Amino acid sequence: MKLNHIIPLLCLTTAAAYAAPETFDFKDPKNVNNAVFKLDAPLESVNGSANGISGTVSFDPENPGATTGKIVIATESMTVPNPMQKEHLHGPNWLDVAKYPEISFEAKSLANVKTTGNVTTADVTGTFTLHGVSKDITAPVKFTYLKGRLGDRVPHMQGDLLVIRSEFSIDREDFNIQKGNFEDKVANEIDLTLAIAGAAPTP
Amino acid sequence: MKKLLKILALVIVLSAGITWLVTGANRAWTKTSVEVKTLDPVTGIEGITYQPKFLPGVDFLGAAGGIAAVLAGSSLLFRDKNKTTNKQ
Repeated sequence: MKLNHIIPLLCLTTAAAYAAPETFDFKDPKNVNNAVFKLDAPLESVNGSANGISGTVSFDPENPGATTGKIVIATESMTVPNPMQKEHLHGPNWLDVAKYPEISFEAKSLANVKTTGNVTTADVTGTFTLHGVSKDITAPVKFTYLKGRLGDRVPHMQGDLLVIRSEFSIDREDFNIQKGNFEDKVANEIDLTLAIAGAAPTP
Repeated sequence: MKKLLKILALVIVLSAGITWLVTGANRAWTKTSVEVKTLDPVTGIEGITYQPKFLPGVDFLGAAGGIAAVLAGSSLLFRDKNKTTNKQ
């Protein structure tokens, strides 16, 4: 093979390598990733968070619209500061963590994709599974691609980071959580805020 | 005994009230842990952890008030020694 054939081939291979989507792992060694939930209630709103987050997202900075992936939250990791509320939350009448140990969102497609610099915003549609019920939802999402910043966060590692932020609401009744009950005590609408970072180490 | 129960009820109410005020007069439910937020400088994400801390709320005040009421009420079951003596 002549040199003038090899050079374009190398260029194509390199371009293909750069264009390939990266797989980001969202199991955070620093345990910073979190999902915050909020429900209105008469005396005070029920505020809590979960940090048992895992999952992978395939993200191509050259084509963010093709992003796919699945984020999983360990139901057991959901915490509220009041011990009785936490017991009820985890118990069989509410989230039933023993029977439904995971809450997940699997992204299917992105719409209204806009990229400025390293930030991409979009509306993601996917399947949200909670309390054993799966439902398709659409939520706004913001991706921040931090090229080569993994080493700043995890020493002795090289690679990229992807920060995902999203805020959306769901109705607990849609997921058979105390449907029709306690409406005067706990709101039907649950506000969810997700702030997570995934890592794609370079081999 | 009557006097002792009344004093005990008063001590419980006062102790609970002072504890509630000193710990920040939490007008919500009692908490046994508090949220601590730490900013990750690279990603800008605020990590949330919970540290054990007892923060009495209105339910704590209510329980203390209830116990005090039961004690004060129980004191009515006992006769006043002085009154008994006077009648004799």
